[in-house]
Amino acid sequence: MDSVFSNVDRAPEDPILGVTVAYNNDPSPAKLNLGVGAYRTEEGKPLVLDVVRRAEQQLVNDPSRVKEYIPIAGLADFNKLSAKLILGADSPAIQESRVATIQCLSGTGSLRVGAEFLKKHYHQCVIFIPKPTWGNHPKVFNLAGLSVEYYRYYDPATRGLDFQGLLEDLGAAPSGAIVLLHACAHNPTGVDPTSEQWEKIRQLIRSKSLLPFFDSAYQGFASGSLDTDAHSVRTFVADGGECLIAQSYAKNMGLYGERVGALSIVCKSADVASKVESQVKLVVRPMYSSPPIHGASIVATILKSSDMYNDWTIELKGMADRIISMRQQLFEALQAKGTPGDWSHIIKQIGMFTFTGLNKEQVAFMTKEYHIYMTSDGRISMAGLSTKTVPHLVDAIHAAVTRVV
Amino acid sequence: MAAMAIRNSASRGTMMSRQIWGLRSMSSWWKNVEPAPKDPILGVTEAFLADPSPDKVNVGVGAYRDDNGKPVVLECVREAERRIAGTSFMEYLPMGGSVKMVDETLKLAYGDNSEFIKDKKIAAVQSLSGTGACRLFADFQKRFRPDSQIYIPVPTWSNHHNIWRDAQVTQKTYHYYHPETKGLDFSGLMDDVKNAPEGSFFLLHACAHNPTGVDPTEEQWREISQLFKAKNHFAFFDMAYQGFASGDPARDAKSIRIFLEDGHHIGISQSYAKNMGLYGQRVGCLSVLCEDEKQAVTVKSQLQQLARPMYSNPPLHGAQIVSTILGDPALKGLWLKEVKVMADRIIGMRTALRESLEKLGSPLSWEHVTKQIGMFCYSGMTPEQVDRLTSEYHIYMTRNGRISMAGVTTGNVGYLANAIHEVTKSS
Repeated sequence: MDSVFSNVDRAPEDPILGVTVAYNNDPSPAKLNLGVGAYRTEEGKPLVLDVVRRAEQQLVNDPSRVKEYIPIAGLADFNKLSAKLILGADSPAIQESRVATIQCLSGTGSLRVGAEFLKKHYHQCVIFIPKPTWGNHPKVFNLAGLSVEYYRYYDPATRGLDFQGLLEDLGAAPSGAIVLLHACAHNPTGVDPTSEQWEKIRQLIRSKSLLPFFDSAYQGFASGSLDTDAHSVRTFVADGGECLIAQSYAKNMGLYGERVGALSIVCKSADVASKVESQVKLVVRPMYSSPPIHGASIVATILKSSDMYNDWTIELKGMADRIISMRQQLFEALQAKGTPGDWSHIIKQIGMFTFTGLNKEQVAFMTKEYHIYMTSDGRISMAGLSTKTVPHLVDAIHAAVTRVV
Repeated sequence: MAAMAIRNSASRGTMMSRQIWGLRSMSSWWKNVEPAPKDPILGVTEAFLADPSPDKVNVGVGAYRDDNGKPVVLECVREAERRIAGTSFMEYLPMGGSVKMVDETLKLAYGDNSEFIKDKKIAAVQSLSGTGACRLFADFQKRFRPDSQIYIPVPTWSNHHNIWRDAQVTQKTYHYYHPETKGLDFSGLMDDVKNAPEGSFFLLHACAHNPTGVDPTEEQWREISQLFKAKNHFAFFDMAYQGFASGDPARDAKSIRIFLEDGHHIGISQSYAKNMGLYGQRVGCLSVLCEDEKQAVTVKSQLQQLARPMYSNPPLHGAQIVSTILGDPALKGLWLKEVKVMADRIIGMRTALRESLEKLGSPLSWEHVTKQIGMFCYSGMTPEQVDRLTSEYHIYMTRNGRISMAGVTTGNVGYLANAIHEVTKSS
């Protein structure tokens, strides 16, 4: 019998995850994976945080723990603690019960569930996303039924923020349009607005009644401080307006594969928040019924213990500091080698990624000749670098910049 | 709202001069949002938990309970968890999930020595339990067979309708349950299969139909398969209870094996929620049998394209538990024993409930309680009778009269039988 799916074409490799696939297939001992944004230690190994291991042991040693379905909206204490983490413990929005928080599958899941909710209940179906942005963003919003428009963000000439362009494009957006904002450590560019610029963005968004949707995937990971990295979100919430926030614990707690995150919808009133939560549950139920228990249990265990929380902040700062140090080392090494060009953006950008400014051909050259793997947009994951491998990367960049135009 | 915000900031001594743009738009974007109705199944447990009565009984949601009414974590699962904790990294799985877990899972459905596995003809991805597998398939069906519809049995698990609706696939229904016999409406089913346009997509419950517990016999499955062949229909099996129905996983997969023998290219949703007690871990698998290896690679790549914008990649922990157990012969043996214990306890409770009702002198026939199979008994009670059970006896179940036998214990079966007798004796 013929297959009913014989008309199906092979899908292209995911541009980001496909990089690791190619890396794994490369036999060269000099290969370097600067593709996917997962933290690596100085030794190039994945890291499970000590505090996560402790939480894990606590859970496995507790005979009273069961594996029942958790509620559709996820674990209640996880949700409360996650809202506190991003909004601040003293947030009036929390005190006034105006925040609906739903445990979701990491950042991706939070974005998708939020987008599906907006499609069903919000009066505007267009979302403005920065150019460039994480490759999966447009797909998430498209599949949720939203239409995607871009606002200028990255300026290749300065390798910094195109602030004028951003203001113009958001200024021209239709009233009520949704706006995706990277809360900190913009992916892929590492370019964040300053706090003055954030304030102007906030004023513009509120004056045009645009709806902010924050993607917070790197809280604590960017500067090393959880509060500093939440600043943009908190100033928006402080003005009393509404917004959506997608939180991920993939990077800052190293829980990548466990898929832990939360969607928070900050509303004008507690009554509205409660109704909103009930409707978000209707989005979740036909998607996966209820979220997975394990990762959220680890997070809740850590966040509710002041000792573990403190230990977490120390380990988190350790990761952020190593990345900042890698930026410094790469920049200094390129200076020392005399590689043509201005490389100061490497230390100006923040977070896991550096948008090198290398073009597609230069990237392909570096992969072929130096076995360096990164996404074709020239984004490198600083987390994948170590003191030992910086020289190899510098050689590759130098060669690419001088030999390939 | 505005005044309050200003007062608050003043009292905190932080009269920052700032533009209070946000407070201009006085109303919420969401004021038109209506409160959503409670989920008919999960809402039952919520109501149960809120009830202070010491006599309360929860026979609502389909989660296994031991004879003390307590949730169970299988021994094989505890052992697997002990082995996993502290040893593995928590890196992202591939979009298609854990290959190891998927391989073991396919063996359960298709057979340990399945030629289809050997020949790599199956496109399979790890999914978020059964719900996630059904949803991925529905999205896939919508994307690649946009003109198709899905035929869903009446009745079915209520969330099936939500899933295909949210995937925007047109739904049709087919006859399944026969209220008079409390068994299968086989001729109605066959008529609907015959009258459906050629090449229609059908949702079939592989075993232990939810909510009725009514399954076709082996002979009936063979006839259904033959008719499907004649009509070129696509069979999508939802198998949420393998092992849980009869106690024997191979036996519970019989319907699927019949269709495979007959040459159908089927799809299957598998769940470990019940048979491994991994409910909250959300572990399952979606598979689509293809013509050849090339097509299987193609279809898998497209399934991944649907998973990526939904959750990127599936959760790790539950998959690790499954592959640890199924990959170790001793643990797998233990699992099979534990599944049989669960299935046997339920079969025992069916007998106990039926006998109790008969002893009470019920004028009705309760034969169906032992004829039906799996976690659920479709009692035949009306919504009004169910409401009385709840309000007068603190017994919680879904209003379609579905009893989760897993919630019945030697401790409560007498109370339950008595209550059912009281509300049904005059019907």
